[in-house]
Amino acid sequence: MKTLVVISGKGGTGKTTISSSFAYLAKNKNIADCDVEAPNLNLILNNKLIKKEQYIGGKIANINKVKCIKCGICKDKCRFGAINSNYEIEEAKCEGCGVCFNVCPNNAIEMMDDETGNILLSDISGGKFAYGKLNIGADGAGKVVTEIRESLKKYHNADLTIIDGSPGIGCVVMASITGCDAAVVVTEPTQSGLDDMKRVISLLEFFDIKAYVIINKYDININKSEEIKKSCKENEIEVISEIPFDNYVNKAIKENKPVILFEESLAAEEIKKAWNYVKEELKI
Amino acid sequence: MNISVLSGKGGTGKTTISTNLAVRLTTKGYKTQYLDFDVEEPNGFIFLKPQIKNREDVAVKVPQIDEDLCNGCGLCAKKCNFNAISVVKGKVVLFEKLCHSCGLCSIICPQKAVTETDRVIGKIEKGFNGKLITYRGILNIGEPMGVPIIEKLQEQTKSDYINIIDSPPGSSCNVVHSIEGSDYSILVTEPTKFGLHDLKIAVKVVEKFNIPYGVVINKSQQDNIIEDFCNKNNIKIIAKIPFDRKIAHKYSKGDLLINDEKIASIFDSIISEVVEVD
Repeated sequence: MKTLVVISGKGGTGKTTISSSFAYLAKNKNIADCDVEAPNLNLILNNKLIKKEQYIGGKIANINKVKCIKCGICKDKCRFGAINSNYEIEEAKCEGCGVCFNVCPNNAIEMMDDETGNILLSDISGGKFAYGKLNIGADGAGKVVTEIRESLKKYHNADLTIIDGSPGIGCVVMASITGCDAAVVVTEPTQSGLDDMKRVISLLEFFDIKAYVIINKYDININKSEEIKKSCKENEIEVISEIPFDNYVNKAIKENKPVILFEESLAAEEIKKAWNYVKEELKI
Repeated sequence: MNISVLSGKGGTGKTTISTNLAVRLTTKGYKTQYLDFDVEEPNGFIFLKPQIKNREDVAVKVPQIDEDLCNGCGLCAKKCNFNAISVVKGKVVLFEKLCHSCGLCSIICPQKAVTETDRVIGKIEKGFNGKLITYRGILNIGEPMGVPIIEKLQEQTKSDYINIIDSPPGSSCNVVHSIEGSDYSILVTEPTKFGLHDLKIAVKVVEKFNIPYGVVINKSQQDNIIEDFCNKNNIKIIAKIPFDRKIAHKYSKGDLLINDEKIASIFDSIISEVVEVD
């Protein structure tokens, strides 16, 4: 089984457009939307929800007001400022470390399960699709990503897993790229797109994962596209596709379909080429 | 006054709004700071091109084990809620990147074998664009947690300044730590189903913390999908920036938009809506 992750560094470059089309083109597959903070793939993939599971990713402290003697030790030792002057836990700040629980002289603090979010599993044609819904401000988004990937493995033995990643380079992205066979980096011809691509490629190098670059909307600024290609060449990274700006992309999102289904779309044509290339490289 | 700019979805125009707003405020004579809290991919300086005056490392505390004192009892590993410590054959193994720097292991070690040491995870840069003070946080490649840098950036906000906080995308801990203490949030979206879906997430975030907010529609076209949602839910739309390939081209080069009179007036209306209220 092979795993391909689609990431970008910068947000809004077209990860979901690419991965939804790849998802359509792949045969025996698992699809994971690992952009757990703002998941969009479920809007595009025709899927039928079969299972929803609560995910507990951590702990949160709770102070028993009757037992609390307001000695102040917990407040003093908490490094996250999570205990306010009324000796109540500020949920958004508590990281669930358990320092307060361990230092309280009166056993007034208990550690409770903290729901990180939900994991949803769906049927799609040719496989399974999983995504997460993170609770607002939840710690442990990376753990939800790992859980999404694990749950897919349990339910369907696929030839290929495609992961739609999130922007950035932090814990969520790291959990998404861990153990992947290759990464498609979707960028756009802007200075931000270029800088962010470089950062995410460094991260992939750090994890020893091969990167393939797609320049989306390459004709918005041809000079920047050339700069991106030059930067890739210097780092021996292949640019496998240059997708033109195409109104069909927005039309597709509006109609809840992958753009690949629009025969006249120039973007679809380029995505197909990119897919065939990746398929060949991954030997699937 | 702290104004945070967020979006849920990435790439809707947070940095475009934040940088242009900060420069426009400065031009109008407001004491302003721009702070890039998107520490995983900070892009604001591309547009502001500040002269960097100061760089400072951001470090977190991680445990350090005195092997002469440690008897391998394993209590630290057992108590660590982040699985950052394990004890193999009586020897402590640390997974520093999982550590949240809570200090529990050093508190509970019966042998007093745990002290703490600094580990650098990124840096903060300070610079100037004319009178505009600019900060950005940068998370080192391979580091999972940006929150400690975000907290350090929070310390740089000044109460007698307008602080424009360019927030990260998403809805998790990074975002919540960025908008803490905001007097107003600007939610930037685009008129697509993705934009709307993620705007709803951003609305949940600011409502959870009772922060007053308004919406900016970027790349606005004929589609009224955002307007319909906002009207239905009594959410104020404070500005619309039209979709225009010329704007996209300017952005792509790393240029600000407010040299254009028409765009500047859009930012003036944001300022009168958000800042110039009594």
